[in-house]
Amino acid sequence: MGLQTMTYLVVGLTFALYIGIAVWARAGSTSEFYSAGGNVSPVINGMAIGADWMSAASFISMAGLIANMGFGGGLFLMGWTGGYVLLAMLLAPYLRKFGKYTVPSFMKTRYYSNGAALVGVLCLLAASLTYIIGQMTGVGVAFSRFLGVSNSTGIYIGMAIVFMYAVFGGMKGITYTQVAQYCVLICAYTVPAIFISMQLTGNPIPQLGLGSGFVGTDMSLLAKLDQVVTGLGFGKYTTQMPGSMLNMFVYTVSLMIGTAGLPHVIMRFFTVASVKDARYSAGYALIFIALLYTVAPSVAAMARLNLHATINKAVMQTDGDYFAPENSILASERPEWMHRWEVTGLLKFTDKNGDGRIQYYNEKSKDADFQAKVAAAGWKGSELKVNRDIMVLANPEIAMLPNWVIALVAAGGLAAALSTAAGLLLAISSAISHDLFKGIWFRDMSEGQELMAGKIAMACSIVVAGYLGLNPPEFAAGTVAIAFGLAASSIFPCLMMGIFSKTMNKQGAIAGMLAGIGVTMFYVFAHKGFLFIKGTEYLGLFGGKANFFFGISPNAFGAIGALFNFAVAFAVKNMTPPVPDDIAQMVEDVRIPRGSKKVDGAH
Amino acid sequence: MDNSSKAYWKETLALVRNMLIIWFVVSYGCGILFAPALNSIHLGGYPLGFWFAQQGSIYAFIALIFYYARAMGKLDEKYDVHED
Repeated sequence: MGLQTMTYLVVGLTFALYIGIAVWARAGSTSEFYSAGGNVSPVINGMAIGADWMSAASFISMAGLIANMGFGGGLFLMGWTGGYVLLAMLLAPYLRKFGKYTVPSFMKTRYYSNGAALVGVLCLLAASLTYIIGQMTGVGVAFSRFLGVSNSTGIYIGMAIVFMYAVFGGMKGITYTQVAQYCVLICAYTVPAIFISMQLTGNPIPQLGLGSGFVGTDMSLLAKLDQVVTGLGFGKYTTQMPGSMLNMFVYTVSLMIGTAGLPHVIMRFFTVASVKDARYSAGYALIFIALLYTVAPSVAAMARLNLHATINKAVMQTDGDYFAPENSILASERPEWMHRWEVTGLLKFTDKNGDGRIQYYNEKSKDADFQAKVAAAGWKGSELKVNRDIMVLANPEIAMLPNWVIALVAAGGLAAALSTAAGLLLAISSAISHDLFKGIWFRDMSEGQELMAGKIAMACSIVVAGYLGLNPPEFAAGTVAIAFGLAASSIFPCLMMGIFSKTMNKQGAIAGMLAGIGVTMFYVFAHKGFLFIKGTEYLGLFGGKANFFFGISPNAFGAIGALFNFAVAFAVKNMTPPVPDDIAQMVEDVRIPRGSKKVDGAH
Repeated sequence: MDNSSKAYWKETLALVRNMLIIWFVVSYGCGILFAPALNSIHLGGYPLGFWFAQQGSIYAFIALIFYYARAMGKLDEKYDVHED
């Protein structure tokens, strides 16, 4: 069977499965729509959180990022998993005890004001909308590369599928569909990794393969990779860092507390039956997430090594000379997969020195010895441009795996993007229908009306997300990291103070959120332009140097924003009237598990 | 707040504090700050600092959450505040 037919078959089957599940598990009440009736088992919930969490960014981009960044890529691995420790110990059990559906309704009750809920809704929308654009773009890329339809047709198909199961199924439908999507995406990620680990190290377990010897040599795989990349002028794989150690540290903090503050993840902890289950849910979720996250470093390192080995034959020789002309492969003999990806524009080859061979190395290396060798070999610049996003998608092709594996990867990429999009849509629609409409504007809505408003809000969000996916703003690529910064600097500190400080009042909380998200946006805009409009960057005000705040990059700034949030909140609290007694009493109640009720929507 | 729930909260905070100290040491400590020093030790083919940053910290996080969930369960029973 051809690759194209196989892909249609596998993707078609998985879609039929998702829709079948959605029909079987459709939601009848608001409670089922927002929290799946509040009785999902922690294991099922953990799996659903895993699918919800692992987006197109985790599935498609992360391994590519690590392949480029080497050791420093660990910040994504630690940042996107360490947040679950914070969630499990600082937020989830207490929010479950609190017994509300949504993050803004927690803020509304704990900070006794509509103002806090409104600011909460705004922060939630800012974080969730930036996040969803990336998912829709991911759906478009996966469809167009693997199904041969245009990018926009791909997005329309994706919108229709999400519409069907998110709008009719609500949280209940989404939860069970996500379980299926998790299974698809984890198979799609690990199967090729097992094959490749076998090929390169003889060890079928990728996590162990990365620490094993490289087949045919007496070196370990990582030592070989270090030797190859430094030989080609790149930074040493196992020690290279993004900017300074401080930047890596702060970046990791931002991703961790951003993870703990993302509303579509927090919402999942309202779907379990008890406080006890909420604690375990986070643990199961992390196990399911770790299955992918511990394989990712192997995929990254092995893909990088395979790529260099394809281009430069010296990689596979002992003491091979990277600069010997015959070791660079002839452009006319480059493998089939390179042609296929060149069509998409994600892989580019230009023969700069006109020798008919491909040279791929770090042309920006600052090592004078290396540059001298480059000049002596007659190399005129690196001739291959590889978009990091193709590392995972092209990996099975590079390793020449069978067609069904390639088809499976396509289905996995789509499962990752669709499941995250559905979770985000649910968070957005509940914020609008439950917190804005029912909570603030139309307080006498019936349950039926609220459910209908939720579905309409979700349908509208799908259209907006689809539109943004079709016309991605210029900043689309960097937005996911920024979404974390926004959640880290606004939502996480506000929730934490709501639980751990009995004296935090509404003035402090609101001022803190605004200050945190404000200073983060200010720093990001200084680098990327006001509201991301090109040409409005105002780095000039700060001496014109990028990362002017102690060398911290804008993507890493959420942690500093969170510090601002805490500082401002406590300063304002001390200048304003204290928290009412009944609220202080409520915080005490939240701290003990006894008396937890089914989550309900009543105010 | 009566004495028993005060004591419960105090023990809870102590547990969380200890968990977060380990959390910090395995990720920020071994995975970032001391990674260059740890890299001279090898775990199979992995330099140890690299292993902590890309593998070890994640396993530690999972163990921490399950230990915490179990310990909290016991604490709930001890102070008789568990759910039915």
